[in-house]
Amino acid sequence: MTAALETVDVSCVFQVNQGFMKGSKPLRAVNGVSLKIPKGQVVGLVGESGCGKSTMASILLGLQEPTSGEVLYSGESAGSFDGKDIARRIQPIFQDPYSSLNPTKSIHSIVSLPLRIHNVGDPADWDRKVYDILDLVGLPRRVAQSYPSQLSGGQRQRVAIARALIMRPEVVICDEPTSALDVSVQSQILNLLQDLRQELGLTYLLISHNLAVVEHMADRVAVMYLGRIVEEADADTLFRDPRHPYTKALLGSVLTPDPSLGVPDTHLGTVFPNPIDPPLGCSFHPRCSACMDICSAQTPMPVTEGDHMTECHLYAPQEAVAV
Amino acid sequence: MSKDVILDVRNLKVDIPVSAGMLHPVRGISFSVARGETLCIVGESGCGKSLTSLALMGLLPKTATRTADKLDFLGQDIRDLKERQMAALRGVNMAMIFQEPMTSLNPAYTIGNQLIEVYRRHIDPGKAEARERAIFLLEKVGISAAASRLSQYPHQLSGGLRQRVMIAMALMCGPDVIIADEPTTALDVTIQAQILHLLADLQKEFQMGMILITHDLGIVARVADKVQVMYAGSTVEEGPCQAVFDSPLHPYTSGLLRCIPVPGKTQRGSRLGSVPGIVPNLVGDLHGCMFRNRCDHAEAACEALAGDATQLSDGHAFTCRMTPDEAAQAARQTAREVA
Ligand SMILES: Nc1ncnc2c1ncn2[C@@H]1O[C@H](COP(=O)(O)OP(=O)(O)O)[C@@H](O)[C@H]1O
Ligand SMILES: Nc1ncnc2c1ncn2[C@@H]1O[C@H](COP(=O)(O)OP(=O)(O)O)[C@@H](O)[C@H]1O
Ligand SMILES: [Mg+2]
Ligand SMILES: [Mg+2]
Repeated sequence: MTAALETVDVSCVFQVNQGFMKGSKPLRAVNGVSLKIPKGQVVGLVGESGCGKSTMASILLGLQEPTSGEVLYSGESAGSFDGKDIARRIQPIFQDPYSSLNPTKSIHSIVSLPLRIHNVGDPADWDRKVYDILDLVGLPRRVAQSYPSQLSGGQRQRVAIARALIMRPEVVICDEPTSALDVSVQSQILNLLQDLRQELGLTYLLISHNLAVVEHMADRVAVMYLGRIVEEADADTLFRDPRHPYTKALLGSVLTPDPSLGVPDTHLGTVFPNPIDPPLGCSFHPRCSACMDICSAQTPMPVTEGDHMTECHLYAPQEAVAV
Repeated sequence: MSKDVILDVRNLKVDIPVSAGMLHPVRGISFSVARGETLCIVGESGCGKSLTSLALMGLLPKTATRTADKLDFLGQDIRDLKERQMAALRGVNMAMIFQEPMTSLNPAYTIGNQLIEVYRRHIDPGKAEARERAIFLLEKVGISAAASRLSQYPHQLSGGLRQRVMIAMALMCGPDVIIADEPTTALDVTIQAQILHLLADLQKEFQMGMILITHDLGIVARVADKVQVMYAGSTVEEGPCQAVFDSPLHPYTSGLLRCIPVPGKTQRGSRLGSVPGIVPNLVGDLHGCMFRNRCDHAEAACEALAGDATQLSDGHAFTCRMTPDEAAQAARQTAREVA
């Protein structure tokens, strides 16, 4: 089956200024990522800040041109679409409902903007469309006349969802959609995203640093480290049988509300890689508790078992290790 | 009361005049912290956690008024201390760790300058001893090549390392209590676990009291000895960590616990619980249970509820019109509805 959205060996390199007279150096924010987002599924993308999740989101949204590689929309190359075509199919929901809504515009104006840009249907219908979508995301119609500053954080995030859905996109890229919200509001937004997914047959890429949220929502999970996907599997498998030491450390860091347990020791050390000057070999090796000689010398190749991919020397076939 | 209590607070209130009238963001909070003990204050944003901690430190905004029936620190009433005396206490005995390390680190000075200065000002002007202690503590907080870090500036470090430096700085003068306000909220989960691990170790090693303020029930469950659940400026439930998590009694506590997905427990894709509605306005005359407009179990009686807590035997207490049995029953019912 063709994926709703797919990247093929996508990389994104930024030139980062090194300071006065020092020139610039390349930073590989995304480094050869191939990721499929099957239609109707929720794919979770997890990893520490700076690993390239938001850059992936920008690439998928067509907001950031990849340095190399290809993005496919329903199997077709991105080259055959312009920005507006992509926006019809794919819409974002960002983390911060405070800064992502224009404070000077009414909610009506914010939510109806895509209709005006794409100039779809009869303008006389736009009001009804706005009210329909407000109903759908659980906002009272009277907020249409309000401004973002008059709404709570949860309400603003519902506005952001309404704005994303008014064009009935196929895919929604949710970049940390609940990270700025209180838990009582987070659960409402997660429930809403679940409902909308079923009602509208949506496909999600769910980017989150909260693994409990991802485990609750996702069908598949990709774990990203310094621009690479280092492990990917269906959610059940990944959470039951994590293989990459980094995935294990991430899962081990989730603090479930269990008072009989203490704070876990992640065995991660305090060495942080510099993305401009990433470690040789496996880029995770300086923090890895299972580091072997080969790990600092050779970049691991992806190893796939069933549809569980791991990029780690621990799982390399024997003959490769012997090299 | 046992003699190792470091901080004893009774009926702490904060009032702030705002354009609409008088805001009552902290409305009668009581707790105590003993040496080696961790108290977690948990609640959603705006419930008054940060103002509570600032009130303890004497760092409230100028317009705010603080009152308390008791505010004893190391056996001394600190309600009427002069700012100069409070500053000395804060420098030595009460240390504070904030969410954003740059609130306590000055970007213009090296880490060494800042660590050493605190110690020389408050403890001993000798430079060599201060430097030695700085290196000792940087190593304690897990910073490698500590001596060479002294000449680095805060911006040269990652967020996790800056947070470690701030912890080292908080420990420079050997404080009796550490007040940490959302110390890991801005960090990755991996770094969060490391920092919390570190704080717990140091607290045991140096036998400090710790007040850890967070909105994250996962953190509370893992680090607290005692828990204080705040809602709209007051404590709705408190008690030993295990008791509060095993049998939450206040509808707000059990409601919050139902909101979080728990890997391995919550069924994937199932509906999460929620606490619909929003926090009430805390300006002007307030009466009754502040949670009543969001509570499934609210009745007319809640409007007149006095703030007295119902005490159970083990220090577990909650403030609600329901009896402990009714409350436990209600919490189980919420659990069933969600599942
Ligand atoms: N426009 C940009 N210019 C230079 N570097 C960037 C830019 N955008 C992101 N980066 C860098 O790329 C890396 C990945 O960033 P990002 O995708 O935002 O990570 P995440 O969302 O996982 O936190 C980081 O090191 C970040 O500093
Ligand atoms: N200086 C101030 N002036 C007016 N209101 C304030 C001030 N500081 C905090 N508040 C209000 O007091 C309430 C409690 O704030 P705070 O203690 O910071 O909450 P928390 O730390 O639990 O998120 C909030 O409603 C906040 O808006
Ligand atoms: Mg990001
Ligand atoms: Mg706060």
